[in-house]
Amino acid sequence: MTAVSEAVTSSALRAREATVRRFAFTDMVFRAATRASAILVLVLLGGVAISLVAGSWEALSKFGLNFLTTEAWNPVTENFGALAPIYGTVVTSAIAIIIAVPIGIGIAVFLTELCPRPLRRPIGIAVELLAGIPSIIYGIWGLFVFAPFLQTTIQPFIINIFHSVPGLNSLFAGPPYGIGLLTSSLILAIMVLPFITSITKDVFDTVPAVLKESAYGIGCTTWEVTRRVVIPYTRVGIMGGVMLGLGRALGETMAVTFVIGNAHRISASLFAPGTTISATIANEFTEADGALYTSSLVALGLILFIITFIILAIARYMLLRIDSRTGA
Amino acid sequence: MSTAASLHQSRKRKNAVMMALCVIAAGIGLAWLALILGALIYKGLSGVSLSVFTQMTPPPGDAGGLLNAIYGSIIMTIIGIVVGTPIGVLAGTYMAEYGRFSRLTTVVRFINDILLSAPSIIVGLFVYELMVRPMGHFSAIAGAVALSILVIPVVVRTTEDMLNLVPNALREAGTAIGAPRWVVIRSVAYRAALSGIVTGILLAIARISGETAPLLFTALNNQFWSSNLNAPMASLPVTIFQFALSPYEEWQQLAWTGALIITLTVLGLSIFARSLTGRREDR
Amino acid sequence: MRHFIRSAAVAIAMATASTLTLSAAWAADISGAGATFPYPIYAKWADAYKKETGTGLNYQSIGSGGGIKQIKAKTVTFGASDAPLKGDELDSTGLAQFPMVMGGIVPVVNLEGIKPGELVLDGPTLADIFIGKITNWNDAAIKKLNPKIKLPDQAIAVVHRSDGSGTTFNFSYYLGDVSADWKSKVGVDKALEWPVGIGAKGNEGVANNVSQTGGAIGYVEYAYAKQNKLTYADMVNKDGKKVAPTAKAFSAAAANADWNSQPGYGVILANQAGAESWPMTSATWILVYKKPDDATATAEALKFFAWSYAKGDKMAAELDYVPMPDKVVKSVEEMWGKDIVDKDGKPLFSGM
Repeated sequence: MTAVSEAVTSSALRAREATVRRFAFTDMVFRAATRASAILVLVLLGGVAISLVAGSWEALSKFGLNFLTTEAWNPVTENFGALAPIYGTVVTSAIAIIIAVPIGIGIAVFLTELCPRPLRRPIGIAVELLAGIPSIIYGIWGLFVFAPFLQTTIQPFIINIFHSVPGLNSLFAGPPYGIGLLTSSLILAIMVLPFITSITKDVFDTVPAVLKESAYGIGCTTWEVTRRVVIPYTRVGIMGGVMLGLGRALGETMAVTFVIGNAHRISASLFAPGTTISATIANEFTEADGALYTSSLVALGLILFIITFIILAIARYMLLRIDSRTGA
Repeated sequence: MSTAASLHQSRKRKNAVMMALCVIAAGIGLAWLALILGALIYKGLSGVSLSVFTQMTPPPGDAGGLLNAIYGSIIMTIIGIVVGTPIGVLAGTYMAEYGRFSRLTTVVRFINDILLSAPSIIVGLFVYELMVRPMGHFSAIAGAVALSILVIPVVVRTTEDMLNLVPNALREAGTAIGAPRWVVIRSVAYRAALSGIVTGILLAIARISGETAPLLFTALNNQFWSSNLNAPMASLPVTIFQFALSPYEEWQQLAWTGALIITLTVLGLSIFARSLTGRREDR
Repeated sequence: MRHFIRSAAVAIAMATASTLTLSAAWAADISGAGATFPYPIYAKWADAYKKETGTGLNYQSIGSGGGIKQIKAKTVTFGASDAPLKGDELDSTGLAQFPMVMGGIVPVVNLEGIKPGELVLDGPTLADIFIGKITNWNDAAIKKLNPKIKLPDQAIAVVHRSDGSGTTFNFSYYLGDVSADWKSKVGVDKALEWPVGIGAKGNEGVANNVSQTGGAIGYVEYAYAKQNKLTYADMVNKDGKKVAPTAKAFSAAAANADWNSQPGYGVILANQAGAESWPMTSATWILVYKKPDDATATAEALKFFAWSYAKGDKMAAELDYVPMPDKVVKSVEEMWGKDIVDKDGKPLFSGM
């Protein structure tokens, strides 16, 4: 009796062992595959970064740190500086994010908490659709439809309102060209909205119902649940969505080049033409033939990397501080 | 007592205001969409006809279609997605599952986030140096690789975020019944995060389907029909770019029509993918 | 560490697998790349040529700078540029250069009540406007040129190209030729540090900004002015004669030029002598290797160019381009027969 049961157990054990070994093997393969992919991503994306450094070497060794502080951009005398595009990039992206984040989160709250169930998916898809419109169409639409509208109605109106308010009058100084920093910020805000909205909506959906129900249970309003439970739970995910959006805003080229006015100047007014890093690259790269000129354009790309790097570091630091304060 | 009542009132009021703002936000989003889509349909729809899908891109002054550009875009987008998505999803899986706390993950995440904002023309130049110059000619495959490099950061970012949001209790439940790690990842984590991962892939498709800059220096473009992956291939965005900025009416019309086709395709894909993942969510 | 090695091995294997599938190379079509300005006419010729001979020739506009880079990197059979290469650069790279087709650049304005061709400008005045010295439409210099029309008291809004462009090169070359001030302060290039104005992308962007902004002035290729029905200005040319932008005036400038004075026919057609010459005429050039690696492809390309010279004139005129004068074509084809050879020194071109 015992012999039989022992035999059964040992064969079961053997089978079990084989299965475990097989599982362990598959697991190892899968693990290796994921790890290899992570390394491949590192190699590939690192390669892009390295090729940037190599390409910009000539300009950086010629101009040094002056490259960052010079406003001039003169292809004739080959004197290049990145200050104006840096300024334009930071300002347009910041305004775009400031506009798009509240609207994006608002839409996500609307979709997860308020919207009648049958309408949720159509509206969600509709917002995602904004991401599918080719960026050149945003550019053409901005140039032909949006900019003339701003030029004839909104901009004169704002200039009139603020012309006697100190500070704001230089921020919104004329003449109304229609195209300029603010116009591109608005176009960028529309373009990043779907990124922020769809990611935020998706992470809102992952909040365990138990958490929300218990908050509702102690009498919280929808806003309080959103503010105190949903957003804190999903803040890293929201941050990811904002990063995706910011990434697109910083790197967007075609749409911006049509509506920013492309002037290598820094003006206090948001209505004035300016330029961004990616707009400069897209505008001038195809026609640049001097080695120093080309190298300066690639160096602009490298600076964009560094800007992104700094913004990311700040974002991570802020998240860390929130974490340590809440003790989570 | 009255303070409690007034507190209740003010909380309710605040709630109503915030919720109204959310509705307004949704209204704004939809209004923008309506405005741009309206312009797109207004300008593009009149050019939609059978010949758009059956004829090649014409020289200026002639009638024609976008067949070669549509074909090229589909081929390169598919290859870009097929190459980029698995790498992105697997890398995201490593970062969220196996190596959540490893140093490799931190480095990859940082580089990945930086590359989200890389101007796509830079990616095009990288692939140009990597493939076009060594091969000695422009090719569709180089274009597809450039697109896949744009796909990867988007997919990595969304996959990692979505997997991180899967509650650990689910994974522990899987492990407790003896499932090995990869089974847990496949059947529990992926399933829980599916909708988000699909969103990431859709955003990636949406992003690359309109990209001009990385294709200009890799796949170039082609006026004629070409199905040779090793030769320059036409694509919708580059064609739209060239036609939209030309002085000739026929070309401008085709540019708007092409833009409408891209947008409607992304719309169709979104609905299709949503209906797939949606059904699973309902179950 | 072992994990790392194993994963690295997998990564390398994946990479090699993906490159292996590519190395199965087969011959690529004839392709050319470069200047944006001639793209429509090259596309038109290529289409007609394919219908007639079955040979496809794919030209793509990636910009003149891009075209020069690509032919140097030998990724294309021919490059195209709106700005000619200098003689020493042609010699050091072993490239042959010849002009293919021409066009005109036109100043366009947006002034109420002024119709196309009513306004007259001359070179120095145009330079002063774009340098920011003349800022109002009722300036004495403009009034002097236009005694008959009533000029408004309106600020001039300058619109220029923001992207690097052969159009800007030719335009600034002209301004530099007529104004020493322009030459020393702004200079001549495909992209400039503009003293005033807003930058718009492409001819289309300039055309659109000019037509939307009151008091604006810009410069575009002739086809854009014509297709968008913009108000163009007439110019006073080098001989002091008033000319309107027409195909005839562009041809006159080309006919008066001494094409053999520069290596590679690199003559800039701005400010040519002749009573009928339009002062802002421009040509666009083709670059091929004198001793190409792929002789067959280059021979095919030359056949296409010869065909375009011979049969493309009508198509060019339809799209508002100006064909090359016959004597230039003859000289170019003689140069092909002499200079462009295969590895054994045999000419690649032997007439049509």
